[in-house]
Amino acid sequence: MKIGIPRALLYYKNEKFWTTFFDEIGAEYIVSPETNKEILTRGENISIDETCLPTKLLLGHIDWLIDKCDYIFIPRVAFHRGYEMCTKFLAQTDLVCNTFRDRNIKTLFYNVYDKKYNRERKAVKKMGKFLGVKRSRIKYAYTTAKQAQQYFEMFREQHQQKVLEESGKIKILLVAHAYNVGDKYVGEPVLGTLKSLGCEPIIAEYMNEAKCIRASLEVSKTMPWAYNRHLLGAIELLKDEVDGVILLTTFPCGTDSMVNELIVRKYKELPIITLTVDSQDGTAGMETRLESFVDIIQLKKERA
Amino acid sequence: MTHREVVACFPHIANYAYAFKYLFENGFEVKYLIPPPITKNTLELGSKYSPDYVCVPFKYCMGCYLEALDLGANCLMQIYGGCRLNYYGELNDCILHDMGYKFEFFDMAAVDWHSPKSIFENFRIINPEMSIAKIVKAAPVTLKIIKMLDKFEDFIRHNVGFEVNDGEFDRTYKEFLKKLENLSDGKELKKLGKTYWKKLNGIKLNKPAKTIKVGFIGDYYTVQEPFSNYFMEKELAKFGMEVYRQMNLTSTLINKEHRKSQKTAKKYAKFNLGATANCTVAEAIKFAKEGCAGIIQVKSFGCTPEIDAMPILQNVSRDFNIPVLHFSFDSQTSETGIKTRLEAFYDMVEARSGK
Ligand code: SF4
Repeated sequence: MKIGIPRALLYYKNEKFWTTFFDEIGAEYIVSPETNKEILTRGENISIDETCLPTKLLLGHIDWLIDKCDYIFIPRVAFHRGYEMCTKFLAQTDLVCNTFRDRNIKTLFYNVYDKKYNRERKAVKKMGKFLGVKRSRIKYAYTTAKQAQQYFEMFREQHQQKVLEESGKIKILLVAHAYNVGDKYVGEPVLGTLKSLGCEPIIAEYMNEAKCIRASLEVSKTMPWAYNRHLLGAIELLKDEVDGVILLTTFPCGTDSMVNELIVRKYKELPIITLTVDSQDGTAGMETRLESFVDIIQLKKERA
Repeated sequence: MTHREVVACFPHIANYAYAFKYLFENGFEVKYLIPPPITKNTLELGSKYSPDYVCVPFKYCMGCYLEALDLGANCLMQIYGGCRLNYYGELNDCILHDMGYKFEFFDMAAVDWHSPKSIFENFRIINPEMSIAKIVKAAPVTLKIIKMLDKFEDFIRHNVGFEVNDGEFDRTYKEFLKKLENLSDGKELKKLGKTYWKKLNGIKLNKPAKTIKVGFIGDYYTVQEPFSNYFMEKELAKFGMEVYRQMNLTSTLINKEHRKSQKTAKKYAKFNLGATANCTVAEAIKFAKEGCAGIIQVKSFGCTPEIDAMPILQNVSRDFNIPVLHFSFDSQTSETGIKTRLEAFYDMVEARSGK
């Protein structure tokens, strides 16, 4: 039995966790490749027009996986660290089942449906049982997988911290959801441009999630979404250490449409630019805008 | 009986302002301002001060607030829900304060509903000396108003397309609303209800035994606020169709239909999709089973849960062999485009009903 993991949405948050878990329980799996033109076009074609780009990409990746595996892994997560998720993460299992109804897909999933702190553990246990794995092995695999993810994130953060302290370049904080930063079609062109302009991209997503969420409470009392709080907190923590902020968002993102407005209002002293990526034009026109953004920051720095 | 000249106000949704007015004036003992009716101006004003890509109900709320502030409202209120609505309040509040307005903001999303202390403290924003006894007394009447509004509007929805004298329903209902505005107690409401129920029932109809029924579904705001759906129910009635709609405050707040909806929709959606999406699916199934000739889904552009309901609705449409038409509204939707699509829809369902 082979499991297919779409390289989209939650994958970018849990890569090490999932792959380690499946490795440890001895399950065979494939991960869809980096987003390419074909995946993008397929995703675009099978989605409702108005769907946000990351969800279109999810469907594109699943389409790629369909005849290459037995089960497709689509977790459902309604809450994270006690906060809400965008409704897309609540709906994705049903969305996928309905979109691909005629193609008889089988889904493997786990369901984090409430705020209980051990809900994820229980959900993973259930999934392991479904896969016919012994309980003790699931337990061990879960712990190992969690650790793997933790170390990965810690290492990533420490590395970035070092860059923050040592780099003499212009530092630009890239604020974008994990699945946007990591995607070949969305985040990569932006990172590439920043580097070619001689800047040091600092990635908000790489900052410690728990710490960021705590920091976000200083800025917003009622913001419901865990992922947006993570990003907002990163700005709050780094506002004095970076020279500018890029709000990279995908069209039409529900949560960002409001949170970005708040960010622009709360951090008036920070140079901020918003880049919106959609499925049609991608990052077209972005280079020129980034160039002038960096120019302005450069000028400001020289004057100071 | 007003206290320290608090003037409270919710943004408009359908005609519920009359129920809220009763609750706030008789229960909380503060003044309640019914904002001016929504117009194009409201939407333009609201859009001007809202983020570009936010869903359009947010823009309507902003417009309503701005118009109400100019008329002296000083305690704005916002509800919460299972989607972006949970963040409306804070952002409304932040933008309006940045614009320099002075007001209090009662944000239901900021209340911790598990903590009596938090509930009490938040409600004190409206009136620090509120009397629980008075609120408890006003609440049942408020619910009765809501039920009455919904019952009347349902009746109108089923019949307005067949009135003999154009505009009679509209006139009668408006008259009723006017009277509601200065309601003194439950007794008066009962009397008023009786009188107008009779009046509505007495309106001359020319209704065939078999009508073309159409189900009206969509996101919480757009389906309920006629301005935001370009008065689509009225347009449908003009074609001589009977409009069915389940979504209203009675079904969600009082009858808790959404719990049943979860079950009805189960075959298509195993889990909660967020906000009202499961209701949307369940209603579509229900209307299809009840013999509607077509279904119309209205929603604001970018509404995430309703977008996820669309592929599901398409499956419902195939299984029940019923056409489903989708409308997405933002602040720049063209009216003529809507009309053309409705005409085509009508032609199709008419042909299918074998008339
Ligand atoms: S947060 Fe935005 S981009 Fe992410 S899934 Fe939700 S709507 Fe799509």
